[in-house]
Amino acid sequence: MATVAPARLAEVFVEVADTLVDDFDVIEFLQMITTRTSELVEVPAVGLLLDDGRGRLQFMAASDEETRLLELFQIQHNEGPCLDAFTLGTPVVNADLAHAETRWPTFAPRAAASGFRSVHALPLRLRSTVIGALNLFGTDAGSLEPGDVKIVQALADVATIGLLQEKTIRHGEVLTEQLQHALNSRVVIEQAKGALARTHGIGVDAAFELLRSYARTHNRKLVDLARTVVTEPHTLPGLMR
Amino acid sequence: MGDSHPDDLAAVRDLLPRVDPAGDITSDVRTWLARMCSAAVTALPASGVGVSLMTDTGVLAVAQASDRLAEAVGTLQFTLGEGPCVDAFHGHRPVLVPDLRAVATRWPGYAPAALALGVGAVFSFPLQVGVAHLGALDVHRARPGELSASATGFALAFADVTVEALLDAQGAVSAAADPGGLDGVVDGHYVVYQAQGMTMVDLGVSLVEALVRLRAHAFAVDRPLLDVARDVVEGRLRLEPDTA
Repeated sequence: MATVAPARLAEVFVEVADTLVDDFDVIEFLQMITTRTSELVEVPAVGLLLDDGRGRLQFMAASDEETRLLELFQIQHNEGPCLDAFTLGTPVVNADLAHAETRWPTFAPRAAASGFRSVHALPLRLRSTVIGALNLFGTDAGSLEPGDVKIVQALADVATIGLLQEKTIRHGEVLTEQLQHALNSRVVIEQAKGALARTHGIGVDAAFELLRSYARTHNRKLVDLARTVVTEPHTLPGLMR
Repeated sequence: MGDSHPDDLAAVRDLLPRVDPAGDITSDVRTWLARMCSAAVTALPASGVGVSLMTDTGVLAVAQASDRLAEAVGTLQFTLGEGPCVDAFHGHRPVLVPDLRAVATRWPGYAPAALALGVGAVFSFPLQVGVAHLGALDVHRARPGELSASATGFALAFADVTVEALLDAQGAVSAAADPGGLDGVVDGHYVVYQAQGMTMVDLGVSLVEALVRLRAHAFAVDRPLLDVARDVVEGRLRLEPDTA
């Protein structure tokens, strides 16, 4: 696929470092990682899933939150490249969706029907522990070059570092606390999408865009804003009437 | 964490009956919570397990525990206004303390008092679905030490199943409900959370109440919660205040 310009790569890592300040918004951070991954290696859709501590992967962020994509992440509860990368701890690279029905009988046909031809998944690792996976969808059969894979794995590693907010997680309990908090933040965003969609008579995809643009315009963190939408809507007259 | 995929939720569901609110709901819930606490003590294992149900502002509404000691440890936090379950509830995240001796400054009142009661380690898990929170589940052990990944998975599953039971008790969904149809709340399907936000607006109720109504509706029409949630999100269904 793409040959990434070193200058562009450097810019992305500077942006990441800038984002990892105290008290950053975890969902926005993960969205940034998925969006930059999508741009750098020129794939149309990238998502990130995390271990929920109960043996399942949950969707956290994507370069594009369209419902058809959310479904492709959701079904990886049971099967799919992310589950494989997560379970085995090794990358799934250049899987051809036209020939993956045996491997993923539900996931592969659905992903193909959504217009994708190739799929990749890289584990999010913290030493020997795998905490989730980064998922890339391609619309051509073109492959990720070894150089691209290294870049994507580097971004996956950065996502892990950001997620855990600490350079050295010495204890498993800190990891569990952070992951559970991040997972619950994602649920809050879905609840707010629903509330916004009904308030404005729009779809959930449009509701997410509304939430995101309001957060940007008013310099609010996405998760904090989502929480306010469902707990104190009267404090957001412009957004919640 | 990624080494195995035990279905903790299914395992925990197998251990417990559903709440049957046919009689007095408050006493039924208390009975169910006591059974859940005892089952968790054996399954994790732990020295004691307690549940605190709180109002939105964090005031204790109901406390139930596996034994008198666990109950004393739980209520201590409300007497003193601090402790792991208070933090788990307000922080929307687990609070895991493998050695209570090491955190004396975090809870200057609670830590020494709990240590004096013989608690060495305490692990608290919020009972929540996104913003909607109902309380916290406290696990304690006499001896300090980390909760293993598998015990953590079990504790999270006990917390999930407790949330479901409390919602169904509130919605008067009977024990006869098809468990396969209602389990969706904690299985992490985004459609259920979106439908919850929509129903909150439709009915002008809290998020907790919205989920109670969705589950009660799914039960009443004998359909899986996920299907009902999809109908709500895709505009085919809107619960009405009088029919919900």
